[in-house]
Amino acid sequence: MTERVAIVGIGTTGFRPITPDVSYRELIFEAARKAYTDAGIEPSEIDGFITAAEDFLEGYSIADEYCPDQIGAVLKPTHTVPGDFLQAMATGFMMVKTGAFRTVAVEAHSKASNMKNISELIGFAMDPIYNRPLRETPHAISALEMTRYLFETCTTPDQCAQVVSKNMGNAMHNPYAAFGAEIESGDVLNSEPVSLPLHRLDIAQHADGAVVVVLADEATARALTDVPIWVEGIGWCTDTPTLEMRDWGEAAYARLAADMAYRMAGITNPVAEIDFAEICDEYSYKELQHMEALRFCMPGEAAHLLETGVTAIDGELPINVSGGALGVGHLFEASGAHKILELVEQLRGEAGTRQIPDVAVGLAQTWRGVPTATGAVAILSNL
Amino acid sequence: MGYRKVAIVGAGITKFVRRAQETAKELAWQATKMALDSCELTLDDVDCVTLGTAPDAFDGVHMKGEYLADGAGAFRKPYMRHYVGGGTGIFSPIHGWFHVASGMADICLVVTEEKMSSCYPHPQGAFITIFDHTTEQPLKPTLIWIFALEMNRYMSTYGISKRDIALVSVKNKKNALDHPSAQLGGEITVDDVLNSEVLAWPVNRLDVSPASDGAAAIVLASERVARRLTDKPVWIDGVGFSLDTAYWATRDLCYPTYVENAARMAYDMAGITEPHKEIHVAEPYDPFDYKELHHMEGLMLCPKGEAARMTADGVTQRDGNLPTCPSGGALGVGNPIAATGLMKIIEIFLQLRGDAGKRQVPGKPRCGLAQAWGDLMQVGTVVVMRI
Amino acid sequence: MKLEDYELGGTPLRSSDIKKGNVLTTSWEPNLAYAWDDGVAIGRYLAELKNGRIIGRTCYKCNRIMIPPRMFCELCFRPSDEWVYCKDTGIVNTFSICHINWDASRRGPNEPPLIPAVIEIDGASKGMGILHMLSEVDPDDIKVGLKVKAVWKNPGERTGSITDILYFKPLRAPTKRAKATKKRAKATRKRK
Repeated sequence: MTERVAIVGIGTTGFRPITPDVSYRELIFEAARKAYTDAGIEPSEIDGFITAAEDFLEGYSIADEYCPDQIGAVLKPTHTVPGDFLQAMATGFMMVKTGAFRTVAVEAHSKASNMKNISELIGFAMDPIYNRPLRETPHAISALEMTRYLFETCTTPDQCAQVVSKNMGNAMHNPYAAFGAEIESGDVLNSEPVSLPLHRLDIAQHADGAVVVVLADEATARALTDVPIWVEGIGWCTDTPTLEMRDWGEAAYARLAADMAYRMAGITNPVAEIDFAEICDEYSYKELQHMEALRFCMPGEAAHLLETGVTAIDGELPINVSGGALGVGHLFEASGAHKILELVEQLRGEAGTRQIPDVAVGLAQTWRGVPTATGAVAILSNL
Repeated sequence: MGYRKVAIVGAGITKFVRRAQETAKELAWQATKMALDSCELTLDDVDCVTLGTAPDAFDGVHMKGEYLADGAGAFRKPYMRHYVGGGTGIFSPIHGWFHVASGMADICLVVTEEKMSSCYPHPQGAFITIFDHTTEQPLKPTLIWIFALEMNRYMSTYGISKRDIALVSVKNKKNALDHPSAQLGGEITVDDVLNSEVLAWPVNRLDVSPASDGAAAIVLASERVARRLTDKPVWIDGVGFSLDTAYWATRDLCYPTYVENAARMAYDMAGITEPHKEIHVAEPYDPFDYKELHHMEGLMLCPKGEAARMTADGVTQRDGNLPTCPSGGALGVGNPIAATGLMKIIEIFLQLRGDAGKRQVPGKPRCGLAQAWGDLMQVGTVVVMRI
Repeated sequence: MKLEDYELGGTPLRSSDIKKGNVLTTSWEPNLAYAWDDGVAIGRYLAELKNGRIIGRTCYKCNRIMIPPRMFCELCFRPSDEWVYCKDTGIVNTFSICHINWDASRRGPNEPPLIPAVIEIDGASKGMGILHMLSEVDPDDIKVGLKVKAVWKNPGERTGSITDILYFKPLRAPTKRAKATKKRAKATRKRK
């Protein structure tokens, strides 16, 4: 077993609300070509490939058929993880750890603009016997969770709206982001009610884009790059898929995934040892709920950290400097990939005007969205 | 390379049936529970869970892996789904192998499930969406086409007759009579196959495996744990997988290069140089009868174009030199896609332990192989096991 | 462990169990819709089909002419180089005579079988084929290696789709060829 695994290359197309100019193949090729050039490696030299994709998001049955060509994986050990990019990256991490694969490329993308009824699609993930006949919109499931979260933690809708204001504002400084805007929490609360307490602007909008990452073992990483970004810890977890059994107030999947990643990285005091984080804010309240699950603060304290500027770009623990899903766009299975992209750019010192000074350890966290209770956490460092 | 040794220590399986009363979750639970019981473990002992299941369109659930999580015993555990179409069932133990060989888990539960009957009126209807949405789906293709096109190419390249190929169906359906999970075991003749309804020439009804509901599960353990749990661990000594281009019509369909690549990767890892001598029992994927022959060639168990002759000579019978699909395969036991692959892994597990009952091949086999195939005639997955 | 020692799960049902209501089922017809971006390569491919032409794309590095066209060579992993028109003729690589529809329903007694085929397009690199249909041919006359030609929709009816080609038919009219073969066979028999 090799001791450490590093990210040695990354490439992206950036994220846009629509991409009518390119097919999914052409979109992914751009990200892959950039990643391999960044890593200084050709795909013929890469030992394994993984794509994160779900059939119904692609509009294919057996979507993995269509993954090899545009990532250079023809006749190579290649497979698909129907899960978030971070889960696929966890598989790549394990593959490199076995020692049987020196390098593994991991791809994720979103062509959300090609899905014409996303609400019906997400509803199709609900339990076909117990839940689907009720015909709830997927946002209603989140609204149930938000209500319970606000109740248990004494957080207010206005505090959640401030997350939107912060993240869309941060996105103004991110050239990859699709939805940068200067708005105030009042704008969020005055936007159309969707399923109260959720308003339209509490909900991240979808975007298209692709990201490819190249992982390598320690020796290969040192040979390929002067700035390997190390994967110090990675964890993933699934809570119950049964809505009726859920603990609606807290995000247990995120807590357990984080605990796994912290154990691996040897982190005992997350808030002191982590410099910045990119965490799932697909709905505004999720950023606060996830901060608590990640043990950045006690339950009920996240909103206070937000209001006192701790999570702002110049705060002590900047969160979603990229703009998060609210500012960059919700990317389905590529959600985790965009977070890893931000971590790598920050840790390499390549984040331009949004660069946080002197960062060494960053955390990325994702959730697979309604109706799942599945999430993953990765901790990267440049040390 | 310093990966940890990984063993299979327990297995569970349901009956394979055309339409099961159980929901997908319940089927997954039945197989999972049996697998844990077989090695006297409980869910508390399990570190990680990995799930293999094929198209979501069968069950009619988006993100099917999430839906199946509690049935697969994943509650509050690190849980992931992996996917390579029809090759998934053999990729499942490979994905589990990543978990244990890397040191991430000491005990990893590997679960596969398929409930094809949920798709109405017939699961075949779901298969139109495996074709390219722009350049192929407008032609209204069916899955049978790709098999028919490949089978015809194979037959015309090597001069093989339908009669030669039908022997595989006869053998596997007969073998399945002895498998407790079997859906379509039976004594049939070559003429029965040739006279069965033509679906898409050269494919007849009895050349094809059935659509099935079913689940299977295994428990993988690291060496230290495995030796504590059982005195007959079966080691995963080689894993291989390979995916060819999605432009399937631009490849020569007469030979599965991707299976050869996967096999070479697994053989290298297991230190196998002469597969036809070193492999004692094989479970290649046989969703259609010609596929068993095609795959034996890709696995280098015989020269190209020679598998039909080997079959005619009885080499692949249970008492032959290279028993092939002693379980009854997908043709006989049934074909709930991902679960079929794991059924084959379980068969090799039992054969190597000498626990295969009436299906036991003679000569105390010590090394076996299971293989699956899928996507657009595109992916090969191979696992080499030893006791 | 032996499988025989366990009571295996999985309770088989018959269709009649559902029809008679012995078990209950919950139905759902998903209303999913997609509008896939064709992109540069397939976009041009479809536009040219509308013009009655088949276009491919070259890679100078591996010297392939690729059908369907792609903006990158998946083997060399670099952008592809040039557009090239191919012919609308080709060679049958493999084929099937199919008696069922895409949804597994049997074709009716008056419906001729479908004949899907992989057709290697002339002008593209060897082995580069596409999936399409054969027609205007007696199934018995089809062999691997048969030369075929596209039969196009009328220009006004084309929509920029693979179905702008109705089907492929033998390059030489099959009826004539078949007639000629029959004639020759008759003549031979007579001589004997």
